[in-house]
Amino acid sequence: MLPVLIVGRTSTLITVQDLGRAGRAHHGVGRSGAFDHASAALGNRLVGNTANAAVLEALLGSFTLVAVESCVVAITGAVVDLSVDGRPVAMNTAISLAPGKLLDAGLPEDGLRTYVSICGGVGGPIVLGSRSYDTLGHIGRGPLGVGDEIICAHSEVITPPWFEPVPVAPIARPVVLDAERGPRYEWMSEEAQRALVNTTWIVDPSIDRIGVRLRGPKLERRANRVGLELPSEAMIPGAVQLPSGGQPIILGPDCGTTGGYPVVAVLTRRALNVAGQVRPGDSVRLRLR
Amino acid sequence: MIELDSTSAIHALHRLALDHPSIGESVPGATTLYVSAGVPNLSTDGLVDLLVALTDEAAPHDGVRTEPSTHVVDVVYDGADLADVAAITGLDVDEVIRRHTAPTYVVAFLGFSRGFPYLAGLDPAIVVPRLASPRTSVPAGSVAMGAGYTGIYPASSPGGWRLLGHTSAQFFDEHSDPPSSLQPGDRVTFRGV
Repeated sequence: MLPVLIVGRTSTLITVQDLGRAGRAHHGVGRSGAFDHASAALGNRLVGNTANAAVLEALLGSFTLVAVESCVVAITGAVVDLSVDGRPVAMNTAISLAPGKLLDAGLPEDGLRTYVSICGGVGGPIVLGSRSYDTLGHIGRGPLGVGDEIICAHSEVITPPWFEPVPVAPIARPVVLDAERGPRYEWMSEEAQRALVNTTWIVDPSIDRIGVRLRGPKLERRANRVGLELPSEAMIPGAVQLPSGGQPIILGPDCGTTGGYPVVAVLTRRALNVAGQVRPGDSVRLRLR
Repeated sequence: MIELDSTSAIHALHRLALDHPSIGESVPGATTLYVSAGVPNLSTDGLVDLLVALTDEAAPHDGVRTEPSTHVVDVVYDGADLADVAAITGLDVDEVIRRHTAPTYVVAFLGFSRGFPYLAGLDPAIVVPRLASPRTSVPAGSVAMGAGYTGIYPASSPGGWRLLGHTSAQFFDEHSDPPSSLQPGDRVTFRGV
């Protein structure tokens, strides 16, 4: 099968992602899937795909794609300078690419992950019900490199492509992430419970699809929980874990399916999308609903 | 997430939850079961009511629905932490191996990544704390102990468990579905080779 696109230049990490592998966590298989569902879903809507069509997720932009066949694509998520054969084009709209055209995406001015949707969906192997690459379990097609081919899945297309840029609000600053209390909220001291929501947290440099570490005041455990080890229990993307060091970690889509640190809060799906777009050094606040 | 007082109660409820059309995910932990709604119109309260009803239904079965599978795993006891485990426990290496191979373990749950089996039933005499600082890479097939469990690393990954040996047995294949040939409730014994 002819590829539809070929990778000319790669970003730090380009992976194939759909909405993930839910339903297999009891086999130790993580959910994976696009970190920012909203941006991936917008791209799929713009090119006419169903919500679960696979897309490319590019960390920190800076990639080029060469069209081999005529195709319709859309670029969403972290805002990048975008051009086709050197002529600027808009994000958040369907774009037609003729064979030989070069799509060039720069470094994002804001946000972290840029998504590429293709009319008909990104093809490739379906492993355990999904095309997503799990960076922890190494399940699915691995990261894309220079010269790698992207085939079209020829999945169902449900609407015509939308060739008008749609307005997308920039990420509001400071970033506020809505969350519910987690199952181990009571493991925190009362002071820590207040600090969790009153602190402006700084996003640590060590962030990936497995977790987003936050830096701030140490959140202490309640006196009767100090030194206790929590028996391992289920973890989900969006869970805010509190390791013994007292610095919270927001779990990402590739997190392990079980873990032994208390979960003190769980982000809403919308907040998890935003957590996929924060950058090291960003200020983040948590708001409990 | 709900807490239950026995592994068999967790497994019994897990099996009923997996088969229930209104439940999305069901994930056992050491003392808990996580479940999520599988249909959009099921509220948290509705999910709790459903679980209470399922718990009542699960109780009489007490987890014994089908005969659990038993897996015999051949292990080469040459792990990097064997001598440390012997030193911490005050036993000699042969005795550590004897005590590790003696029990019939129960797969409590699968977790972390790629179907890591948490095997319950360790001899308390050889339970040791995990490494103070985890290794950045533990080879696939490593047989290890940590957190009061023993387990087999299904893939190379970072890890803080104490390494006792290795096996060539494989229990996870991403190209079969379900991918793990070990299931919660299965029995496992180790045999030194």
